[in-house]
Amino acid sequence: MLCPECGKRPATIHYKKVVNGQKTEYHLCELCAQEKGEQMPGFDHGFSFHHLLSGLLNFEPITQMGNPQDDASHSPQVLRCPSCGLTYNQFSKIGRFGCSDCYSTFQQWLDPLMRKVHGNTKHNGKVPERARGKIRMRHDLEKLKEQLHRKIHEEAFEEAAQIRDQIRALQRQLETE
Amino acid sequence: MSLENFIQRATSEWMKVKGPQSDIVFSSRVRIARNLTELPFPMMAGTSQGEKVVKTIEKAWKKIKKHQPILQSAELIRMENLTDLEKRVLVEKHLISPSLAEDSRHGAAIISHDESLSIMINEEDHLRIQVLYPGLQLEKAWELASSIDNLLEKELSFAFDDQVGYMTNCPTNVGTGIRASVMVHLPALAMTQQLNRLIPAIMQVGLAVRGIYGEGSEALGQLYQVSNQVTLGQSEEEIIENLIGVVLQMIEHEQSARTRLTSISIIQLEDRVYRSLGILAYSRIMDSKEAMKRLSDVRLGIDLGMIQDVGSNVMNELMVMIQPGFLQQYAGERLNPEERDIQRADLIRERLRMEKQTD
Repeated sequence: MLCPECGKRPATIHYKKVVNGQKTEYHLCELCAQEKGEQMPGFDHGFSFHHLLSGLLNFEPITQMGNPQDDASHSPQVLRCPSCGLTYNQFSKIGRFGCSDCYSTFQQWLDPLMRKVHGNTKHNGKVPERARGKIRMRHDLEKLKEQLHRKIHEEAFEEAAQIRDQIRALQRQLETE
Repeated sequence: MSLENFIQRATSEWMKVKGPQSDIVFSSRVRIARNLTELPFPMMAGTSQGEKVVKTIEKAWKKIKKHQPILQSAELIRMENLTDLEKRVLVEKHLISPSLAEDSRHGAAIISHDESLSIMINEEDHLRIQVLYPGLQLEKAWELASSIDNLLEKELSFAFDDQVGYMTNCPTNVGTGIRASVMVHLPALAMTQQLNRLIPAIMQVGLAVRGIYGEGSEALGQLYQVSNQVTLGQSEEEIIENLIGVVLQMIEHEQSARTRLTSISIIQLEDRVYRSLGILAYSRIMDSKEAMKRLSDVRLGIDLGMIQDVGSNVMNELMVMIQPGFLQQYAGERLNPEERDIQRADLIRERLRMEKQTD
């Protein structure tokens, strides 16, 4: 059948709408469906990679028909990134991060998401010079802490005090970096 | 403006040099995504934060440019200072993305004089460092992009995490933030119906194949863009090696398809090539789809040595210049689609005539 809206293209999208118990059937072509998109849930963004993401993540289905408060009440995670303000709802809908802190805000979804997108969860490429220093410092810090425990255990307090000072210096350095 | 001058301005310096494997690989591109710590990604940025990103990056660029000649010659262009047509031309030259041109707030780009380097600011990510080279030169492109990244990193603090690597707006870019791609011309594989088998095979090894204008665009002129999909878990070098390996195989397939075509149906192939040349040389109205198809045929004829009085660079130039933005820039006015089709046919005829005169 032809799309009744434009009368030119075949109707390929069929759906029913129930308003106040009144059922109406619609048959539209893709273009007209897109144009009518404003009023229709599910048709309004066109299809893109980012709409796939919410599916990948098994996020709650996103409906625009329901009232937003209802959504929040049955969503267990009323999360909001403290740095940029991106909410869990927005994150799940658009499949993008708002700032670098979103990565820790939405940490619990990170691994499954990365595994699905990249088949991997751990970076294995270039490391910036700055971070290289930090990584080394963190590594050194861990080692020094182990040594400190050992020295205390051995009751070598003079050496332990020296190591403690080194730890403090490293921690200060890490904080200022 | 004379056509000669226009061509000078229309074709980037890097396009005028022939790269390795340039009969099949038109260009190689490497793009890396970086973000600044402390500031939200462009999607979430307020006006003052967007401006701060531009200012911060501009300052860093000015500080480091003496260390790298290509940065020294570059220029920072703010999107708000360009007309729609000027932005469109930059998109058609692949120097900026459509989304930087259309949707960005506080969008800007640092573009080198030879146009092989472009640093987009406030696109999806704060920085997108892009290097474009002719022919198959992905390693060289990565080397330059990485060295610019190193220089910028001395002045800027990039969002990086031990576990996920470079943090980006979209999860598909996380980790290395690298997208490496090559543009390949595959007319013989298309004619022999082998692409339907080849493209799914390429996708299975984690690469994407698209038309030349990126996501969602159809393959005009049998030009395909092949790029990596995975950015996390592999090193940049592995990603590039993997892509090169696949591209080399595509080149081999295309070459053997070309050899087969010339051995079994040379007269049909010659007919197709010369018919297209004739249409390009004499038509009065031509839409972009047909133009790309004809240019692809003629380019194949040149690569196979059938046509010797037209240079292969002419085809590359024309593939860029027949796009809507360029046509309107050449005409010096806005043109509707019908007017563009006439202008396009005029420009192609004129360019081919010029080629005959210089013989």
